[in-house]
Amino acid sequence: MNIMIAFQNVSFSYDGTVPVVEDLSFSISGGESVGLIGANGAGKSTIMKLMLGLLTGQGKIFVGDLEMNKQNLPKIRQTVGFVLQDSDNQMFMPTVYEDMIFGPRNYGLTKEQAEARVDRVLNQLGLAELKHRYNHKISGGEKRMAAIATILAMEPEVILMDEPSTALDPVNRRTVINTIHRLPQTKLIASHDLDMILDTCQRVILLSHGKIVADGSADTILRDRALLEANRMELPFCLQGRHM
Amino acid sequence: MNKLFHAQSELREMDALAAEHSPIHALHPLCKLFSTILYICVVVSFPKYNFSGLVMMVLYPIIVFQVSGIPVSLCFYKLRIVLPLVCAVGLANPFLDHTPLLQLGTITVTGGVVSMVTLMLKGLFSLMASFLLIATTSIDALCAALRRLHVPGILTTLLLLTYRYIGVMLEEVSVMTEAYSLRAPGQKGIHISAWGSFLGQLLMRSMDRAEELYGSMVLRGFNGNFFYADISPFCLRDVLYLAICGAAFLCARFYDLPGLLGSLFVG
Ligand SMILES: Nc1ncnc2c1ncn2[C@@H]1O[C@H](COP(=O)(O)OP(=O)(O)O)[C@@H](O)[C@H]1O
Ligand SMILES: [Mg+2]
Repeated sequence: MNIMIAFQNVSFSYDGTVPVVEDLSFSISGGESVGLIGANGAGKSTIMKLMLGLLTGQGKIFVGDLEMNKQNLPKIRQTVGFVLQDSDNQMFMPTVYEDMIFGPRNYGLTKEQAEARVDRVLNQLGLAELKHRYNHKISGGEKRMAAIATILAMEPEVILMDEPSTALDPVNRRTVINTIHRLPQTKLIASHDLDMILDTCQRVILLSHGKIVADGSADTILRDRALLEANRMELPFCLQGRHM
Repeated sequence: MNKLFHAQSELREMDALAAEHSPIHALHPLCKLFSTILYICVVVSFPKYNFSGLVMMVLYPIIVFQVSGIPVSLCFYKLRIVLPLVCAVGLANPFLDHTPLLQLGTITVTGGVVSMVTLMLKGLFSLMASFLLIATTSIDALCAALRRLHVPGILTTLLLLTYRYIGVMLEEVSVMTEAYSLRAPGQKGIHISAWGSFLGQLLMRSMDRAEELYGSMVLRGFNGNFFYADISPFCLRDVLYLAICGAAFLCARFYDLPGLLGSLFVG
């Protein structure tokens, strides 16, 4: 299968002393949905930022056949879309529509082409009525969906999502999960919402202190109570009953 | 609701105002920028005793308010914090300048009073014109226009980010004051002993957020060029607007319009 993302012995540290990511190697194939799980501070967000070239460490990172370096950066960022943890930081234009055309226009699409994409994505997500709403006047759940739409409008091949279900009520959380579920792209989802990971990912990478502790099928890892608890996490709620 | 949260959402409202549609909104951003700069220069250049000439300059904001459909009350509401400051500038003049200028019945109007009022009007008019510029032009369009004038990308990006940074900072201030006041019930504002750590925290938090926000722009292909802001080319409409404004401002400045009008009637 074609490899979409590959890390080869990647290390990173914010302050030069304490390593946040340590000698990390893994790869993700096209079409996979991978859950990146780990306690707070395990390094999930850092790994995503490395993947986008927002941070640079030691080691090699590949996106498709492109090696992470300055020349390839624009191409890599066109390939990989990143849904930020805080949608307020993601949506900075006055309206949803303007936010959504921001990326496509920067990559050279005309206004008409960009608008066609916006309409297509909004219809696909059932959000057509959000198009001309002001970002500061939509609810948290709508904003999260709009943030996802903003990234989809760039037509990335890989989508990274940093804690997409945090701070959402159950209904909105369900909407986001269903949306993620339907996306055909390669997905990497960082979260400690293990129920969501179970619903959306076939494979799970478990991190602790910037190192991979386990990498395997979601079914196996998310049922391994001892492993999860040793890494400061709990079984998904929906599995807890059966194992009591 | 929290006062500062309010301030933040007001900033976002300015963005929203700028996204409305009107003949003024439709003008080229540079055209509005130049007419505003020219207006402010002309207003500021009026001699300090030329009160009647200066008053004529109020026509420009009035017309723009009318045509753009932006309520005047909104302008005063948004500017309520700075207006008193601007008005305070000339307060000392009446005490410094006793030259009698005018006799109204038994009251002598001194040069100090006239220059105070003129100074206040200059401040007020300049603020109104700037408000109208921001309320009818999006920050992105303005930066895009400046970029076309070959203003270095780093400057326009800085301008854009500063504008966004103010919003982010206000948001953080509101979150933090709320957290503080919850733990300091019955206390007004923030105790002076906490100012240092509060400011430090604020700086760190808003810098982190601004970094994320900038990251989000960069990830979507932003490179200092404002391709995404649609600005139509400078057209005849813009040239006309600029020419008419320019001519009107200069006439008001160099001809004594109130005097001319007066002599028309008095003969
Ligand atoms: N900007 C930063 N500067 C210094 N340290 C940071 C920064 N961001 C994160 N860290 C540290 O890096 C570690 C991993 O953080 P992060 O990748 O955000 O974890 P996660 O997303 O898994 O919660 C944490 O110990 C955190 O304190
Ligand atoms: Mg994180």
